[in-house]
Amino acid sequence: MAEQALTDLRTTHNEASGLRSVAADFSSDRQAFRNVSWGKAMMWIFLLSDTFVFSCFLISYMTARMSTTVPWPNPSEVFALTIGGVTLPLILIAIMTFVLISSSGTMAMAVNFGYRRDRKKTAVLMLVTALLGATFVGMQAFEWTKLIHEGARPWANPWGAAQFGSSFFMITGFHGTHVSFGVLFLLIIARKVWRGDYDHERRGYFTSRKGRYEAVEIMGLYWHFVDLVWVFIFAFFYLW
Amino acid sequence: MVDVPLGPTGAVAPADVEDVELYHPHSWVTKYVFSQDAKIIAIQYSFVALSVGLIALVLSWLMRLQLGFPGVFSFIDANAYYQFITMHGMMMVVYVLTALFLGGFGNYLIPLMVGARDMVFPYINMLSFWIYLLAVLVLVASFFAPGGPTGAGWTLYPPQAILSGTPGGQDWGIVLMLASLMIFIIGFTMGGLNYVVTVLQARARGMTLMRMPLTVWGIFTASFMALLAFPALFVGAVMMLFDRIFGTSFFMPAIVEMGQPLDRNGGSPLLFQHLFWFFGHPEVYIVALPAFGIVSDLISTHARRNIFGYRMMVWALLAIGALSFVVWAHHMYVSGMNPYFGFFFATTTLIIAVPTAIKVYNWILTLWRGNIHLTVPMLFALAFIVTFVNGGLTGLFLGNVVVDVPLSDTMFVVAHFHMVMGVAPILVIFGAIYHWYPKVTGRMLNDTLGKLHFWVTFLGAYAIFFPMHYLGLMGIPRRYHDIADMSFVPPSAHTLNAFITIVALIVGATQLVFVFNLFWSLRHGRPSGGNPWQATTLEWQTPETPPPHGNWGKDLPVVYRWAYDYSVPGADQDFLPQNQPGITRTVPGSSHG
Repeated sequence: MAEQALTDLRTTHNEASGLRSVAADFSSDRQAFRNVSWGKAMMWIFLLSDTFVFSCFLISYMTARMSTTVPWPNPSEVFALTIGGVTLPLILIAIMTFVLISSSGTMAMAVNFGYRRDRKKTAVLMLVTALLGATFVGMQAFEWTKLIHEGARPWANPWGAAQFGSSFFMITGFHGTHVSFGVLFLLIIARKVWRGDYDHERRGYFTSRKGRYEAVEIMGLYWHFVDLVWVFIFAFFYLW
Repeated sequence: MVDVPLGPTGAVAPADVEDVELYHPHSWVTKYVFSQDAKIIAIQYSFVALSVGLIALVLSWLMRLQLGFPGVFSFIDANAYYQFITMHGMMMVVYVLTALFLGGFGNYLIPLMVGARDMVFPYINMLSFWIYLLAVLVLVASFFAPGGPTGAGWTLYPPQAILSGTPGGQDWGIVLMLASLMIFIIGFTMGGLNYVVTVLQARARGMTLMRMPLTVWGIFTASFMALLAFPALFVGAVMMLFDRIFGTSFFMPAIVEMGQPLDRNGGSPLLFQHLFWFFGHPEVYIVALPAFGIVSDLISTHARRNIFGYRMMVWALLAIGALSFVVWAHHMYVSGMNPYFGFFFATTTLIIAVPTAIKVYNWILTLWRGNIHLTVPMLFALAFIVTFVNGGLTGLFLGNVVVDVPLSDTMFVVAHFHMVMGVAPILVIFGAIYHWYPKVTGRMLNDTLGKLHFWVTFLGAYAIFFPMHYLGLMGIPRRYHDIADMSFVPPSAHTLNAFITIVALIVGATQLVFVFNLFWSLRHGRPSGGNPWQATTLEWQTPETPPPHGNWGKDLPVVYRWAYDYSVPGADQDFLPQNQPGITRTVPGSSHG
């Protein structure tokens, strides 16, 4: 199969399907991932690496939670809000999650309009995404403030195992940093889209490379990843 | 298999990827200091890494002086000794070997060997170096910080790493060490992404993956592994910084320090060991795989013979890379983890011997009836094979739980890992520098000085580390500042220690010959021409030597064959460069050959 692919590279590639096409791609010259740009390939591999970072964080948190000698606090109670006299468990987290997932939707729409060369809609949708992301970080700041007022610290908290606070601040902080950087880059790319950099292939200030609308999609990859990570944090930290 | 002409017309696939847009520097600063050219970045990386290597070498001298002549040098007290151990280990493993192989050789060789103009993202590549330099500066700064550098041992095991009894534990040392590691990882990620994507997506026309030189395969696999392994160290470092600065208890169990119970409980020191070794074991192969790749090319070139079993060599690299992620806990047999883990990890550890043995046999079969030229690079390559086999054999002892337990934390362990991941990769680094220096500078390194350097280093390394095996079997512990008062230690062991120290001083001093050679040959070396070793790979076929910015002039090279067409029957010369069209033949040992 691989020999076939090599002897007649081009035709095999065009005709192959399924696993054969994978083999053909990998045995081709120049590119292992056909028609995948450098930037996109790089983002995917970076996200793979980042997946390992978050996996290590989450697995470490689970280990800490299982090995601690003091009972773990009940997240439903700790993260409850009393609104109008009614105590709602996890209500803030639910809204935060909804906001972040919605931002993935607007991001996907931005990518779509980007490929249609619709400069204004792309930029506006990216700004909406950034706004939703900033709202998420803002609500996280509110949540942190509330917990800190109630006495939660990285090294101790009033409800149980000290590792609860340690893991909480570390993991949500690390994720929040990711979201914040995402917002920053969303704003930068939205500005470039708005200014028409990608229509005129204006060169980057640092890299002197031509700008392409693909930047919107690469940004989208990162943004969806940050959302996906949040789903795991939500499941493992808040729902467990 | 590897050199069938592409396409029925015998032509090479048409270019369906545009030529790259290259960054063009406008000033001296952007050309040589904040350079985006992978070749300049490679030289910067190598220079910094070798400088750190010299610091770490001096640290090893100081340790040896204490071990060989205990009590003679009063400034080496127990604290200083532990600080030297820690800094020597961490510097050598991360800041020298990793940076040199991936940042140095990776940057120089990947674009040239795969026929690219540069790395795919030169700007990020440049940032990678400067962040690495920052990490080095932070690390070295800890020598001047209050309390000095950390003395926690290079593995930085908690809880002792952040307790006041350990040098730097409650001072700046451990904080600077962890910060430096985190900075290094961020910088490496930038570089590593570049190396991986360049290999995957930016090769020359005709350069299929299975035509790449094994050097590129080795560096590529190692970079990919590093991208997956460093995250564990990063997370471990973040958590330990939390423990040290915020007083959390991720790794801190309930503990009594100097008679006082600390306000910590419920943490797991074992967790750090798992995180550390999930990085630490792949790290061994992150250093070893580039060495494997480079040594394959050195042997093939200097024995004028195609590499034996190229395809198996590639698969063995990938298999070792994959397996190295499931063996980490063999560093933890005596840590108190679940004994069943020991069985699992001993099994996976021994399985790694299979692909490794494939590689060693293939090197030997490449040499078999080859036209061996005993050049300086070849001497280093041959020395690597011997040293690596030696170090690998003691690995079999340490990989088995029952044999490992009595040998744990003895000098046997020190001897093992210095042979296998200290001396062996360093030998390859020297060989590679002697091999590629002509391409980088246009001049040969001095041969006489090179041979002097080789023989003293090679024989000296054996004189240093071979006796350590015996010391270890005798039960001499490692990481002990002073063993003079231990009643079970016979006087002969002390004599042996003194002998090792003297040899270590001599071998260390000989490295100055190498440094001198590097600078002397820059001006006085024999002009080398573009391809002094008559090698086949693309970097030797550049239109100019040293290759200019953009590497290839107007037209990118086109690749027609694999990297190992040496001594091809019927060819005019005994090597066929990868970019030479014409004569094809079936490779012996290929699947349809």
